Amino acid sequence: MNRHLTQLKIRRSGLGDVKHRSYLLPRELGGERRGSGRGRGRGRREKFSLALGEEKGERRGRGLGFTRQDGEGEGDQGYAPICLGLEDFYVRRLYLRIQDCFGRPIASSPDAWFDVVERYSNDYNKTLHRTEKTTRCLNLGSYNYLGFAAADEYCTPRVIQSLKEYSPSTCSVRVDGGTTKLHVELEELVARFVGKEAAILFGMGYVTNSALIPCLIGKGGLIISDSLNHNSIVNGARGSGATVRVFQHNTPSHLEEVLREQIAEGQPRTHRPWKKIIVIVEGIYSMEGELCKLPEIIAVCKKYKAYTYLDEAHSIGAVGQSGRGVCELLGVDPADVDIMMGTFTKSFGSCGGYIAASKEIIQYLKYSCPAHLYATSMSPPAVQQVISAIKVILGEDGSSRGAQKLARIRENSNFFRSELHKMGFEVLGDNDSPVMPIMLYNPAKIPAFSRECLRKNVAVVTVAFPATPLLLARARICISASHTREDLIKALEVISKVGDLIGVKYFPAEPPKHLIQSHNKLE
Amino acid sequence: MASAMVNVTASVLDWVSLAFDAPTKAVVFGVPIDGHLVVEVLLVVVILFQLTRKSYKPPKKPLTEKEIDELCDEWVPEPLTPQITEDMTDEAPTLESAAGPHAIVNGKEVLNFASANYLGLIGNEKITDSCVGALEKYGVGSCGPRGFYGTIDVHLDCEQKIAKFLGTPDSILYSYGISTIFSVIPAFCKKGDIIVADEGVHWAVQNGLYLSRSTVAYFKHNDMKSLENKLEEVTRRSKHPEKIRRYIVVESIYQNSGQIAPLDEIVRLKEKYRFRIILDESHSFGVLGNSGRGLAEQCGVPIEKIDIITAGMGNALATDGGFCTGSVRVVDHQRLSSAGYVFSASLPPYLASAAIAAVDHLEENPSILANLRANIATLFNELSDVPGLVVASHLLSPLVFLKLKKSTGSDKADMHLLQSIAKRVLEEDSVLIVATKRSSLDKCPLPIGLRFFVSASHSESDLLKAATSLKRVAALVLS
Repeated sequence: MNRHLTQLKIRRSGLGDVKHRSYLLPRELGGERRGSGRGRGRGRREKFSLALGEEKGERRGRGLGFTRQDGEGEGDQGYAPICLGLEDFYVRRLYLRIQDCFGRPIASSPDAWFDVVERYSNDYNKTLHRTEKTTRCLNLGSYNYLGFAAADEYCTPRVIQSLKEYSPSTCSVRVDGGTTKLHVELEELVARFVGKEAAILFGMGYVTNSALIPCLIGKGGLIISDSLNHNSIVNGARGSGATVRVFQHNTPSHLEEVLREQIAEGQPRTHRPWKKIIVIVEGIYSMEGELCKLPEIIAVCKKYKAYTYLDEAHSIGAVGQSGRGVCELLGVDPADVDIMMGTFTKSFGSCGGYIAASKEIIQYLKYSCPAHLYATSMSPPAVQQVISAIKVILGEDGSSRGAQKLARIRENSNFFRSELHKMGFEVLGDNDSPVMPIMLYNPAKIPAFSRECLRKNVAVVTVAFPATPLLLARARICISASHTREDLIKALEVISKVGDLIGVKYFPAEPPKHLIQSHNKLE
Repeated sequence: MASAMVNVTASVLDWVSLAFDAPTKAVVFGVPIDGHLVVEVLLVVVILFQLTRKSYKPPKKPLTEKEIDELCDEWVPEPLTPQITEDMTDEAPTLESAAGPHAIVNGKEVLNFASANYLGLIGNEKITDSCVGALEKYGVGSCGPRGFYGTIDVHLDCEQKIAKFLGTPDSILYSYGISTIFSVIPAFCKKGDIIVADEGVHWAVQNGLYLSRSTVAYFKHNDMKSLENKLEEVTRRSKHPEKIRRYIVVESIYQNSGQIAPLDEIVRLKEKYRFRIILDESHSFGVLGNSGRGLAEQCGVPIEKIDIITAGMGNALATDGGFCTGSVRVVDHQRLSSAGYVFSASLPPYLASAAIAAVDHLEENPSILANLRANIATLFNELSDVPGLVVASHLLSPLVFLKLKKSTGSDKADMHLLQSIAKRVLEEDSVLIVATKRSSLDKCPLPIGLRFFVSASHSESDLLKAATSLKRVAALVLS
């Protein structure tokens, strides 16, 4: 929601022979107020950048300046620019014009309805300023699958209790003085919930992947990962030093081909046999909403003696009869998967990640994983939140709210998806998956979709390059168990209207029932 | 036989010389075609023909399906993790209360020197109240990355507060302490850039340097002469030093040794050789300097001279997460290209409000810093004559580091010795101290040792008790 005010009159002084165009986005230009005040008096360039509304302490302040120099400041001769201009072409020309569609701040908990803070811009989205006003919108973007994001009647009192007892942080690493009773309890609970022997906790999901994969495999090993894996897995694979190969997304036959070829060839150049092979897949892919073809992939890995690593960031707690993830949904025995990883951010409304595997592997990780030895332990109230959430899901809190939540999210996802299909949208993803991307394809439709929906008080997430390929832009909907049927119907109405307006209904819509009946009557 | 060959050869030579000397039979385009021209053209044609023939290569035979099957059957992978040995089964002590200066471990009350609670903010009323308010309003988690409705107004307030406190234009919040530095370094350093780093930096920095794929040169731990030599060498070796980005990566207080980096020297060298500084202030933010603003204030260096400052908030500020601060462009660049910021869920809002309350508390009560400094001085004096151990950290560092006077020669044996000291101190005297543990992925060459984290809320008797007990146990174990 932007109010485009008229562009400020910009003084031509200090620009030299640069053609000044208002949408010139200057990553490599100005903004460096630190250059001024070095005892030389303010130059024309500094005054110029200051004139464009850069008060101290503002969240984003960027001025305009010369294109020739990198705008580091006048005393910085001999330094290469810190951000190369060429790297930022996409950012400058495309992303910053639609910047208001991303990073919208909120002022309440990310529940089914939340308050989105309004922002405005004086210079065509170069800088966005917060206001005090908020709009109550329907939340279709947060990862709140089971509705634990808001204050919950069972979880919140216990969390506050543990906060008072253990304080917000332990200020120390797990092996020093950071292991509390809560951590030990949660590790046992997670292992029981997921169906493995033991588990280990980390304070952040991203670090779990990137610090763990180097522990398990090093130079001389092979990692085969799905082509659409998350950035944390890619970083972990790169940081480990092993050779990385990619197989086509969700195609077990191609995985088999790659495995055969690699085992036969051996390590590159020396052709020695590989030390070990790990295949990394995800449970639900967050940009496609698809479930992984787990039974076939496990069968292939078993045949070729490769280890499997399953990342269940989006699927743990959200799919499956009792919330135990893709293994339960697809009928795979958890003992067949060597390492199961998951995060607590999405379905449990907390933060952090875990790894569940056999006792020996967990023992070894506790001894050597750097994220366990060097990183601050998970915050105790967050641990308590996960414990309470898992207890609710398993029904151990004495009520059936867990089962109700799971049934509701399944119903909601299936209803929403089928309605969107009927309207003619192109929706990706499998049944039962709470993530549904609506394809927009044309990147120019991204701001239209996002802003129109926000005007009608529905907050959606639109995804552009580089998270997806440039021409495969999409709007991603995340359904929650706290959405009621009325919320979903309102959302469908709004999306349908906006879809008609910008033309994203790429498939023919099914005609409504009463028309079919009258058609039949005529015949 | 030989004469026949000679005859044949002679006749062939006669023919050739005849053809060579044949008179001009025709004129083509004004060029008389002499006999020798015909012979030369024929020779050239023969040469070209030979050149265009492919050389003989043995035919390639790809593996048949059956052979691939056999290879796959024969291949035996290593086990995923190595065999579990005795020293891998050590369990960490389990706390049953908050990690303040007095904690409860296994039912007993102990003196806690294992938490980096430098300002004593664990258990502070105001911080707990602000957290409770945040929990009731926002819930626990933020359920989304910063780009997709995970930005809550407390995050923006916290960023502004930290920037104002330090005096920099802007700052950016990360959701975990160690992910800060290993996301920042690859965001600014790419392949082809030059980095000069201290050899004693901790694992997260090493990981960031590795992921950035730049050329890294290490200098001797905290040795400014070695740094100058390295900078000189690196500048001389590169062909166009002004066109590549060059960085010096140091920590303010090194986790692995407790030494403090001499920032004024480093800034002088940086300006001489035109490098940029990336400074990791995890253990010095809120501790060093008259008002807790960190190493720059301590050394009297203006904050603008340091290009990038990162810190984890899990130490002095008694919350979790991290931040990075610098010029506006440095911060803005990270919002789109820093992996740990873009691809990860944001910091839980109650931790951000705890950070704001902690910085407020520090601004209002600068006397805690005086307490902390007095405590560090006391402990430093007391620990200066422990039998068998020597204090290796700086006298201003709240992380007091003791290493063995005489190492046994093997890391494993050293580790065993130190851990037995720590265990005995805990069991017999109820003082919780820790021996540093090294991961197998850590390449730091510095020796391991015992660590004491001094807090402003430790009392004098606590410090004396800890020192006496360590002296007693060290005398027993190391004699």
